[in-house]
Amino acid sequence: MGVEGIGASVVRKEDRRFTTGKGRYVDDIKLQGMTHAHFIRSPHAHAKVKGIDSSAAMKMPGVVGVLTGQQIVDDKVGNLICGWAITSKDGSPMKMGAWPAMAPETVRFVGQAVAVVIAETKNQAKDAAEAVVVTYEELPVVADIRSAIKPGAPQLHPEAPGNVIYDWAIGDESAVKDAFGKAANVVTLELTNNRLVPNAMEPRAAIAEYEEAEEHYTLYTTSQNPHVARLVLSAFYNIAPEHKLRVIAPDVGGGFGSKIYIYPEEMVALWASKKVGRPVKWTGDRTEAFLTDAHGRDHISKAEMAFDKDNKILGLRVKTHANLGAYMSLFSSSVPTYLYATLLSGQYNIPAIYAEVMTVYTNTTPVDAYRGAGRPEASYLVERLMETAARQLKVDPAELRRKNFITQFPHQTPVIMAYDIGDFGASLDASMKAIDYAGFPARKAKAKAEGKLRGIGVSCYIEACGIAPSKAVGSLGAGVGLWESAEIRVNPVGTIEVLTGSHSHGQGHETTFAQLISERLGVPISQVQIVHGDTDKVQFGMGTYGSRSLAVGGTAIIKAMEKVEAKAKKIAAHQLEASENDIVIENGEFKVTGTDKSIALPMVALAAYTAHNLPDGMEPGLKETAFYDPTNFTFPAGTYICEIEVDPATGKTSFVDFVAADDFGRLINPMIVEGQVHGGLAQGIGQALLEHAIYDANGQPITASFMDYTMPRADDLPSFKLSHTPTLCPGNPLGVKGCGEAGAIGSSAAVINAITDAIGHNKLEMPATPDRVWHAIHG
Amino acid sequence: MYETTYHRPSSIDEAAAMFAKGSESKYLAGGHTLIPVMKQRLASPSDVIDLARIKDLVGIEPTSDGIVIKAATTHYDVAQSAIVKKAIPALAYLASLIGDPAVRHRGTIGGSIANNDPAADYPAALLALDATVKTNKRNIKAGDFFKGLFTTALDDGEIITGVSFPVTDKAGYAKFPHPASRFALTGVFVARSPGGEVRVAATGASQNGVMRVPAIETALKANWSASALDGVKISADGLMSDIHGASDYRANLIKVMAQRAVAAAG
Repeated sequence: MGVEGIGASVVRKEDRRFTTGKGRYVDDIKLQGMTHAHFIRSPHAHAKVKGIDSSAAMKMPGVVGVLTGQQIVDDKVGNLICGWAITSKDGSPMKMGAWPAMAPETVRFVGQAVAVVIAETKNQAKDAAEAVVVTYEELPVVADIRSAIKPGAPQLHPEAPGNVIYDWAIGDESAVKDAFGKAANVVTLELTNNRLVPNAMEPRAAIAEYEEAEEHYTLYTTSQNPHVARLVLSAFYNIAPEHKLRVIAPDVGGGFGSKIYIYPEEMVALWASKKVGRPVKWTGDRTEAFLTDAHGRDHISKAEMAFDKDNKILGLRVKTHANLGAYMSLFSSSVPTYLYATLLSGQYNIPAIYAEVMTVYTNTTPVDAYRGAGRPEASYLVERLMETAARQLKVDPAELRRKNFITQFPHQTPVIMAYDIGDFGASLDASMKAIDYAGFPARKAKAKAEGKLRGIGVSCYIEACGIAPSKAVGSLGAGVGLWESAEIRVNPVGTIEVLTGSHSHGQGHETTFAQLISERLGVPISQVQIVHGDTDKVQFGMGTYGSRSLAVGGTAIIKAMEKVEAKAKKIAAHQLEASENDIVIENGEFKVTGTDKSIALPMVALAAYTAHNLPDGMEPGLKETAFYDPTNFTFPAGTYICEIEVDPATGKTSFVDFVAADDFGRLINPMIVEGQVHGGLAQGIGQALLEHAIYDANGQPITASFMDYTMPRADDLPSFKLSHTPTLCPGNPLGVKGCGEAGAIGSSAAVINAITDAIGHNKLEMPATPDRVWHAIHG
Repeated sequence: MYETTYHRPSSIDEAAAMFAKGSESKYLAGGHTLIPVMKQRLASPSDVIDLARIKDLVGIEPTSDGIVIKAATTHYDVAQSAIVKKAIPALAYLASLIGDPAVRHRGTIGGSIANNDPAADYPAALLALDATVKTNKRNIKAGDFFKGLFTTALDDGEIITGVSFPVTDKAGYAKFPHPASRFALTGVFVARSPGGEVRVAATGASQNGVMRVPAIETALKANWSASALDGVKISADGLMSDIHGASDYRANLIKVMAQRAVAAAG
């Protein structure tokens, strides 16, 4: 490898602008004549909109317009869509209620927009919004899963009787029944996966500009996938055709899934920019982020696992209820189904699995993918269940796992996934060694003598990343293909631009992707520019989520590079009067192997563009495109073990140690990978100990600010000890698997397993706040 | 934020005069409560009068029987003060626990006690140390100053100029931070005066704001030690209950934090 190629922990190219405050985010952009939007949002969780009187507001200083939900309906702007069709087990399609971008008749969660004020300044828009009189008639509310499915519960959508969106199942019910019939032991666990708020550092924002003469729109937006945004806005919302809409996602300050979706505010800004004939800007504040960014998780489940007399798993049965909130967000339907139940085999040989998932509407913010998206819920369930089983069967939790590990690959699980490769024993061994697992009983005894309760918790997670083979997801109901594209432009002077359909919003693509080029050509990463986030520049792309950018987007870059290199070698061979089969690329030069003849990359590039002396019939230029569709998911896996100490007097949990051994396949930039793992662990530990989005019975959010919603902070977290036990992914040429979500997927169970070990019983739900742990100890 | 007029007076008298002129004036110190509330449009003062830059309101001075911390002194300066550390180290320690570094560099003792948030740290210290709040009009004993949630004995327009703390024999503070806000989920300040009087105050616990804890005071007066509190029962009646701490949990914390405060006091 070169010093900046694969495996080098080079400093991130993008950090100079980020750390010096020179990033260019949507809110930094100011257009000539720009107006400012402020949304009027429902204070009620469920109500009829009886009237909106904007006459006084229209006379306020600076007001350009007040637009309402009825106008958006009148203009035939489409309702928001859900991009993945799920079929219930009775064969019926999912029951989707209409979601207009602003509510013309009924509001179904606190914060849903009913109107928007557009004014010369944000403050004027806010002033005028206070003069808009909205009359509501309150309706009865369902604020959680249990109240949503109660007989006679208030109904949210006429399309969804009983508030049920779908009642779906996967696996073989009768095989599971047989397995439980043969069982020597059955372990049962009920558990809750707490609702979370993504809380990206940068709130969502949009600027829309309409150029009347060209009938052309430009939308600057905080998106993880600008091409998907353009596609959805064009194909479904009837605002602008694709060739008349440019979507730009510049620097974006974190997403964690929450910026995948096309939200009402962005739609309204685009629509309103034509209505008012001026550019329209909307920047959400933190409260709006709490109220309107799609939330994550929110499951309640019952799980049962059957074991034979040798403690081998015979079967797994799961029944999950998932809360999708008041409306179906873009990929909400896929999260508790194909991104969740397909991972319920964990790292284990489980001959039979049957999982039922019922999703429901409630008067809460819509729920969709959030870092891990379904896989944290699956991992939490399986790993809490394994720990519970070990305690019930009175065997060591690590050894029960090892006994049931899948060791032969490829391995077909009973729930769709075909694991291509892994070495689960290696991760478990590495973690056990790193934390001195064998020495734990002595440490526990010592802590007990000091009045502290010490516990250790193991979690062996697996996830499916590299999302996704388009044909496979298409057959399961996805509305899009999940390939990726890349274009490599070698400029006439030999510098290189890589146009990628992946989008970086914190992941460090500008560095990692440049390292791929450096590895192949031997050029420094400073000669490589990564271009992303603009539909007018990049050919097309499906964006960044599901830890897919390197495995899918990176592979597309490799495929395009192969084409560039093949052409460049032909040119070099022609220039050097050698056979192209004898050309090798080293340190930015094309060399004739076994000779001292060579030509530098810039000279090859210049030759391609001057076209004075190219092989007969060759087109000028040195620019290639590739679209790559993966053949399978990738399967990052690993073992996290944490050791904690609980103070029985306060219920406070402190970390003693946290070790991680991950298998992400080949690492391109280990430093960036470690950063991704740290962030994921912070969010997984945040879920386990701190974070919880709570609504009261009236559907009022009571954790809608950082004064009440506990974000993890540095001093809540331990120093992580990371290690890697890679097996190279056979499904892509880089051998990579993806690392963005692992920490969030694997860590929650390790923490709760450790705390329940410390307190000596299992009655504890996330987040394990000091108050809850203290009550769990003292009753 | 609604439009307002910002004033930067150079003296206490000028500040008071400006306050009287405005139709709905507010004093600004560290701004940690007022500014967020204004940004949320929940407050719309006509005039904001900045006290934090008045020189006479900043500083820490030893007195014959204790120390005076002037009202606009930041938490950081209190935490770092050699005078405070020498006279009442528990008070410097308390200041070091408030919020986070950004808060401590801007938040002030006067602002904290004038706001009287039921979970703020300083009120516990003032009450337990039997401090005196000095204003531009009078002196008010801490026991008379705090009047329940976000309410004090201050008259409209009255300016806190400083807080006078008498020296103590022993003092300690222990805080269990609110996981999200880092206010006190429960904080307990214990103090014993040179005359042997024991005063214990808890913040973050009661529905009525900072409070004395007589059961603990009695036990500590008899025996100044953490173990003296082992048998003390704290009632959950009247204590706050929310998602971060039920009232019985807070009752437990009062006792546990009192024990830790005594241990810290030595």
